[in-house]
Amino acid sequence: MTVTVDAAALALGDDALVLSHRLGEWAGHAPVLEEEVALANIALDLLGQARVLLSMAGDEDELAYLREERAFRNLQLVEQPNGDFAHTIARQLYFSTYQRLLYAHLASGDGRFAGLAAKAVKEVAYHQDHAEQWTLRLGDGTDISHERMRTACRALWRYTGEMFEPVEGLDVDWEGLRSAWLESVSAVLLRATLDVPEGPPSGAWSAGAGRQGVHTEPFGLMLAEMQHLHRSHPGASW
Amino acid sequence: MTTNDWPLWEVFVRSRRGLSHTHAGSLHAPDAELALRNARDLYTRRGEGVSLWVVPSSAITASSPDEKDPFFEPAADKPYRHPTFYEIPEGVQHL
Repeated sequence: MTVTVDAAALALGDDALVLSHRLGEWAGHAPVLEEEVALANIALDLLGQARVLLSMAGDEDELAYLREERAFRNLQLVEQPNGDFAHTIARQLYFSTYQRLLYAHLASGDGRFAGLAAKAVKEVAYHQDHAEQWTLRLGDGTDISHERMRTACRALWRYTGEMFEPVEGLDVDWEGLRSAWLESVSAVLLRATLDVPEGPPSGAWSAGAGRQGVHTEPFGLMLAEMQHLHRSHPGASW
Repeated sequence: MTTNDWPLWEVFVRSRRGLSHTHAGSLHAPDAELALRNARDLYTRRGEGVSLWVVPSSAITASSPDEKDPFFEPAADKPYRHPTFYEIPEGVQHL
């Protein structure tokens, strides 16, 4: 029993931790100051969630800083590089919609994650709103912004299937989650004058297996940067 | 950095019910909806408020420093205009 609960805490915690780090990479690089603060706020919300979740699974620092790449259980979607602003927004739209639906479900139950989910779902609702507002403006903006947003939505679409693979220890109707997610994301994309990307043709490669510890190449580089300070100075504190 | 393309907005925060909105600062945003969201991120992230207004800075008409004397000087020596002769009942807040 402990093992399955830990698996779920790791999966959700790693999603939040990794996406938090990716969003943090915008600090000093965001297109405008106001947006930098917005992205940093979202990153800090996610970091707070990650700390609670990883603490359920063990020592949060050890889990964040001392695990190898193959021991992380996050979705491949959240480890994808920031790319241009449109890529970051597409990643946010896909993930925050998923997280909002999932956490709303967890919050309505009486499982171990209900308390955290009830608090986090309000944060995540804002993340989704932020992504939606930008998707609408970029998609229905200039020719260039439309093209960039379209490219980003297509590039990241292949990583969305993995979100609906069952996570051990979570009692969720995954197919129901998938259709609710598709409905919500499609509505935003259509309002933004963007078409909903089509799934890979049958037999074609599609991404996945992050939950089993298989990650994409950029993730190793991200981890190296995230972990190097702690690994260089073990046990250091402020 | 293309912030210059975006108009400036003034932000007003109501810190709690019963108080009025107070000017908190300004920010850049492409439109009113995003200005409101930027204001949320910039001015209320430490629990400062329960309500926000954003106003295009261009919509504000301000008094000019050149008019300081005719505008404000005549009020300086008229203490009888101040309600200092009333006793304020105990328990009245925010006066």
